[in-house]
Amino acid sequence: MTKDRSKRNKLLAPIAESGHCLVFLVRMLGQIRFERELLISTLQQIYLIGARSLVIIMICGFFVGMVLSLQAINALQQFGASDQVSLLVGKSLFRELGPVLTALLFAGRAGTSVAAEIGLMKATSQIEAMQLMAIDPVKRIALPRFLAGLISLPLLTALFNAFAIMGAVVFSIGVMGLDPGIFWSKLQSGIYFGKDLLGGVWKSMMFGGIISLIAVYFGYYAKPTGEGVGTATTRTVVLSSVLVLIFDFIMTSFFI
Amino acid sequence: MRANYKVELTSGVFLLLGIAAMLWLATEATDYGMQVGSDTYQVKARFSNVAELKTRAPVKIGGVTVGLVEQVSLDPITFEAVVEMQIDRKFSDIPSDTSAAILTSGMLGDRYVGLEPGGSMDPLTDGDQIFITQSAVVLETLVSKYLFNSGKEKKE
Repeated sequence: MTKDRSKRNKLLAPIAESGHCLVFLVRMLGQIRFERELLISTLQQIYLIGARSLVIIMICGFFVGMVLSLQAINALQQFGASDQVSLLVGKSLFRELGPVLTALLFAGRAGTSVAAEIGLMKATSQIEAMQLMAIDPVKRIALPRFLAGLISLPLLTALFNAFAIMGAVVFSIGVMGLDPGIFWSKLQSGIYFGKDLLGGVWKSMMFGGIISLIAVYFGYYAKPTGEGVGTATTRTVVLSSVLVLIFDFIMTSFFI
Repeated sequence: MRANYKVELTSGVFLLLGIAAMLWLATEATDYGMQVGSDTYQVKARFSNVAELKTRAPVKIGGVTVGLVEQVSLDPITFEAVVEMQIDRKFSDIPSDTSAAILTSGMLGDRYVGLEPGGSMDPLTDGDQIFITQSAVVLETLVSKYLFNSGKEKKE
């Protein structure tokens, strides 16, 4: 995106940029080959993006589960229905909180690091050097990071949900003394595998795609200066968080 | 570009952990594990009122789940609710004169089908129908009955 192009039409600039972003996505997806090299670099990125986000996801999930069950028990006790706590926690986790909170954490933890990494590569002319050596930086740099984000986020969401359920178990059974049998049987009879759990998985795949596309795109087209890298990082977090929440509503209203 | 062993191992562990979490959630925290596989037989029962009995509601004998409600439909001729249940083959000796009732777990709990075994020697088999049924107790009906009766008594 050159300077005079964005000046020429300020109003159309966001639309043009989103189109540019989609072109970038198509260019990236067109580079998918089943090669050992791509597999290894994707695996490496899964390690950097996914595996190293594990601890934060686990801790956050655990405490989200605890606080959800705390609130739910408090509210439900007024109706003498604290048995239903696992149903409330499970439904809200699998459908909304799990995918969305994990996506927001992921945008902050992994999206920023990807954008900053690629932006810095650009600022230090590493990407130009690759192009000079006839190596496609889209294939070599962008694609593995995009794929890794796409694969990692659903798995992280599953782990987040699992740890949140554990948090809910610890709080409602361990602290509040609810009956474990009722807790699990309410979960198993009230929560649907297809609608609730898989619905959340589709969502988190979508979010993974959105976040990693935005991070890779902003990093790749960052201004090659220190400030440019900073701007790219900020824009990645802001835009991906906003888009995650918007797409959450859209997907929920379509697939409910 | 060759990823080193530690990286490969950690990302492998991460992938496995994620899939394991997914499986654990599916089997423990959803109805996935509740599906009474292919090893079931179907039994029908007709009720005049099933209240808010839902599909996948449990079928219980003595409080223990033995099956699931598969479908609730309305007979277009008799206007009775037809409840189709899948019962686990483990419980294949349920007497054919067993009665079924729509019950509620707790005050505000979900509806379920409670079976009360009879004394017949013949067991229920696939496709059988339970003839002795008791409909759901609807709170509004109870309240209106009570109000109606108490009004009568006062007049007398």
